[in-house]
Amino acid sequence: MKGTAAERLFDIGNTILMLLLIVCTLYPFYYVFMASISDSNLLIQHTGLLFRPLGFNLGAFKKVIENPNILSGYRNTFIILVAGTAVNLLFTTLGAYALSRKFMLRKFIMIAIVFTMYFSGGLIPTYLLINNYLHLGNSLLALIIPVAVSTWNLIIMRTSFEAIPETLLESAKIDGAGEFRILFQLVVPLSMPVIAVMILYYGVAHWNSWFNAMLFLSDRNKLPLQLILREILVQNSTDSMTTGTGNANDTEAIGQSIKYATIMVATVPILVVYPFLQRYFVKGVMVGAIKE
Amino acid sequence: MAKSIRLLWDDVRKNRAIYLMVLPVVLYFFIFKYFPMYGAVIAFKDFTPAKGVWGSDWVGLEHFKDFFESYYFVRVLRNTFLISFYNLVFGFPAPIILALLLNEIRQKLFKSVVQTVSYLPHFISLIVICGLIIDFTNRGGAASSLIAFFGGPSTPLLNDAGYFRPIFVSTSIWQEMGWSSIIYLAALSGINPELYEAAKVDGAGRFRQIWSVTLPGLIPTIMILLILRIGGLMEVGFEKIVLLYNPNTYETADVISSFVYREGLAQGNDYSYTTAVGLFQSAINFVLLISANRISRRFSGSRLW
Repeated sequence: MKGTAAERLFDIGNTILMLLLIVCTLYPFYYVFMASISDSNLLIQHTGLLFRPLGFNLGAFKKVIENPNILSGYRNTFIILVAGTAVNLLFTTLGAYALSRKFMLRKFIMIAIVFTMYFSGGLIPTYLLINNYLHLGNSLLALIIPVAVSTWNLIIMRTSFEAIPETLLESAKIDGAGEFRILFQLVVPLSMPVIAVMILYYGVAHWNSWFNAMLFLSDRNKLPLQLILREILVQNSTDSMTTGTGNANDTEAIGQSIKYATIMVATVPILVVYPFLQRYFVKGVMVGAIKE
Repeated sequence: MAKSIRLLWDDVRKNRAIYLMVLPVVLYFFIFKYFPMYGAVIAFKDFTPAKGVWGSDWVGLEHFKDFFESYYFVRVLRNTFLISFYNLVFGFPAPIILALLLNEIRQKLFKSVVQTVSYLPHFISLIVICGLIIDFTNRGGAASSLIAFFGGPSTPLLNDAGYFRPIFVSTSIWQEMGWSSIIYLAALSGINPELYEAAKVDGAGRFRQIWSVTLPGLIPTIMILLILRIGGLMEVGFEKIVLLYNPNTYETADVISSFVYREGLAQGNDYSYTTAVGLFQSAINFVLLISANRISRRFSGSRLW
């Protein structure tokens, strides 16, 4: 590589910085992995960083997998994710296609939609609407219908539909196809990449969401995974899994290991699929960026 | 008037399918975005569920006055502004610098590895991230041990009001720096390569090229995102705050949105009062956004609308 001494120095410094960034990003997950397979009594005495497991014990994983809440959490999250994303996709595709076509109210509707990105009625009126007026409390529908459309995703999809050549749609129209046929037999098959992006964005949002579930659900067996995680990780309650493990110290120790094992069980699915899906996420940002 | 209604009717008849397709989205926005805006009138009423939004008694600006005169007003306003301001000062340049540095990496594979790794935290659920933060800053945790080594306290850091904002802001940068850099990388890939060739012909070295070609190419994107950030200056999302704060740290951690949540839904149910507080925040943000947009349009030509 050619260049002045200063430029070579910059390249070396840059590489070191980037390596540091990788370490800082990945180390917390490495730590959790090492801690989750460590012996809990050794782990609880340990302070500071961790580079290899302390002893070896998979007992905490066994407790986590046997925990009925984790299982029901996964089941509920799966139901919400599939049903929610299907609703998202239907609403967003129909709306985005319509708004990419020419009709009289288009501009008015677009302005009304974009306005909601900058101004909202707030948390409390939204809560009252869903709970007191629509009576969706304690129903999984409260996690699906109120988030049926993301304004940002709608705009991304509309931008992508607008890039389809007008002549293509016109010729289909001349052949006698109605708008619904044009959308589902021509536009949708042409737009699989952006639809993949939408599935991923909405899917990730459903997977991660917890706040609405906390507000609206009261039955324990309806709670999604994230709320179960919140109990274990944030509210620090591992009691349901540590009963009958001997004296108080043992209980505290195994509780700590259970936390790490829980993080592993809840995060590994994401870590496994993420590298393969990453480029689709990026594509979504790129499509959105063109709009600017 | 009658004429435009007739025009609209003709358009609906002509584009029946299009109107049918847009209907679910219009209903969604009407019900879930505009109805709550109407519902926000309870900020000027004494709302009771029995009387409903329409039937509750008007009280004018009483709730706003109560808020402005309360002890919490200064506290939540200060915390919201400071957390947001630190996020802006430290968090806004981070992805720009990262994008510039990534752009200078010649090794394709290394570059894509760094990118993939840096986007990762964005996809980890907030609950898990906050669980990690709580654990690492706990007594004897991975991060607090390091801080204790350099003379910090050996108690859980999140119980210490002085540490809340640094922890909140630095972890937010860790979460979002990589993901936010994508939009700048997209802008960088749109810079005309001929500009670099021309700069080289003029004898510009690499640093000069970054300064004179790359950075100017980023300015429009930077301005747009800056306008949006300034528009959100009086807004800190409550999710991460609510997961990380506790009564020991309310003094530095409690922001407007977490206050609304706590007093309106979690501990209290003073709907009208907290709606007024939320509306106050929305109004400030809206004014900030319009001002930022106007200033940017005047001085840099970049604008949202």
